[in-house]
Amino acid sequence: MKRNVLPGLPLSLGVTLFYVGLIVVLPLAALAFKAASLGPSDYWAIISSPRAVASYRVTVLCALGATVFNLVFGLALAWVLTRYRFPGWRFVDAMVDLPFALPTAVAGISLTALFASNGWFGSVLADFGIKVAYTPLGIMVAMAFTSLPFIVRTVQPVLEDLDPALEEAAQSLGGSDWTIFRKVILPLLTPAILAGLSLSFARSLGEFGAIIFIAGNQPMSTEITALLVFIRLEEYDYQAAAAIASVLLITAFVMLAVTNILQARALRYTVRS
Amino acid sequence: MKIRLDRVVKTFNTFRAVKDVSLDIESGELVALLGPSGSGKTTILRMVAGLEYADGGHIYFGEQDATDIPVRDRGVGFVFQHYALFPHMTVAENIAFGMKVSKVKREKAEIASRVEDLLRLVRLEGLGGRFPAQISGGQRQRVALARALAVDPKVLLLDEPFGALDANVRRDLRRWLREIHDELGITTLFVTHDQEEALDLADRVVILNEGQIVQQGTPEQVCRDPKSAFVTRFLGDANRLSAEVRGGIAYAGGASIAAGDLADGAAELYARPGDLSWSQEGPGIAASITRVLDRPGGRRVITITTDGDHLEFDVEPELSVRAGQQGYVSLRRAQVFAV
Repeated sequence: MKRNVLPGLPLSLGVTLFYVGLIVVLPLAALAFKAASLGPSDYWAIISSPRAVASYRVTVLCALGATVFNLVFGLALAWVLTRYRFPGWRFVDAMVDLPFALPTAVAGISLTALFASNGWFGSVLADFGIKVAYTPLGIMVAMAFTSLPFIVRTVQPVLEDLDPALEEAAQSLGGSDWTIFRKVILPLLTPAILAGLSLSFARSLGEFGAIIFIAGNQPMSTEITALLVFIRLEEYDYQAAAAIASVLLITAFVMLAVTNILQARALRYTVRS
Repeated sequence: MKIRLDRVVKTFNTFRAVKDVSLDIESGELVALLGPSGSGKTTILRMVAGLEYADGGHIYFGEQDATDIPVRDRGVGFVFQHYALFPHMTVAENIAFGMKVSKVKREKAEIASRVEDLLRLVRLEGLGGRFPAQISGGQRQRVALARALAVDPKVLLLDEPFGALDANVRRDLRRWLREIHDELGITTLFVTHDQEEALDLADRVVILNEGQIVQQGTPEQVCRDPKSAFVTRFLGDANRLSAEVRGGIAYAGGASIAAGDLADGAAELYARPGDLSWSQEGPGIAASITRVLDRPGGRRVITITTDGDHLEFDVEPELSVRAGQQGYVSLRRAQVFAV
């Protein structure tokens, strides 16, 4: 057997597997088990109830919206933070992590205060007839806020490692700035962008604390799926809670699988012959 | 295309990287910019390319003032030290990049056939479908050259093109680049810190130090007639001896040699390892051997003179020398410079 330089593989492997099993797999299995204890027809009836479907719709659409917003804004932020050094750079760079560090309830309350019709932003937007708090738009704002760091922090290191000579080479070959961005920089960032997008979307699907303050939580219009799970739980309807939660779980899994496939495709050039 | 640099200046913050450099490169010439790191050679190359802008002076391509033309419109082919191939494109896509983004629209079939021609030129037929990560360093640099040539550049610029390759590959690629240059006749400027590479490859060598040209000429001119101690030292191994010039003759510890029209006074004398010889009897500079290094082509002897100077030279493989031996070093040839 080939000896490894670092000792203790069996021990560390054992600890790792035990940990993953106990902390990750077991709760998920319990969830699946609970949901499976319903009959197929009951399960289907719960997850396809109009109120549940409405909650999927608002959750997924808002998460998509927030992710697209973060794609554009996060990419721009990552670009500025890597390419330029300006007074206050360090401060802005640190601020990016704030949504990670801030308790989501605090974020939710601040956003609600800002966007309420008498808040700083809300009162201005109200003049234009735009209502954010207690509408799906508010949900989107909360999701975008809490998931912004994912895109910035996945793209930033890749952008920093990009060899400036690649851009210079493309320039010397006659490429315009836009062509260089589209054909050279963007394809090299794609794997990182995909990773950031999937994390951002997954986080938005599952976000709870920041959203419930700003959402208004009206069934059928501004009630997110995570909240519906919570309500069922409060009613001691564990099976229904597990059933609806399983939908979120499956969505997250499918999405993760899809992004992994896309990432592998985007990275096929790194495979050696 | 003839290139002319007219009193070009470049400053980074407060550091003057290039100071008033003027240089003419004839059409079809292959010129090496040679110098130690920090001598400004790469900065000059990048200014010719348009990757840096000159703070003063002008750069002419033919009769046209190209000083402020951006790199993408300057029509130069640039080859980078670390290849700078696009990692997500195949070899063929890399070579085709310049033709695809060009304002001149080309048919797909035309691009494909040109890519094939270029792959043949750089002897990489059949590797068009590989990604850069799947080929060797030498092959990558050949792809980079093909990519630069694909846009029919007026000038080819190479920045330490073989710097990242190992010795054997370097030598092969050097000869091969010379052949390509002779075949295409394209004006070529390349940067290197390796004297052997510059002397091997170039029609003309421009030697730089601290942002200025210290000497330029054919390899023969700079080797046979270096104008300064710096050039002598930089072009290759040289032994340095303190000397004294009296009446046109330089004297250095028991040896003497003609010093041309140098004025009387203190001087320094440089001799290549091949310019010294060893004898047991003298005359010459008294010295004792400290080490003998055996090499395939001969024996390198390291000695220390009674004045404490170290002298290195080569002797015939048959000669029996060993550490500790006393003897005399005589001068067959040397360069003498006033201090």
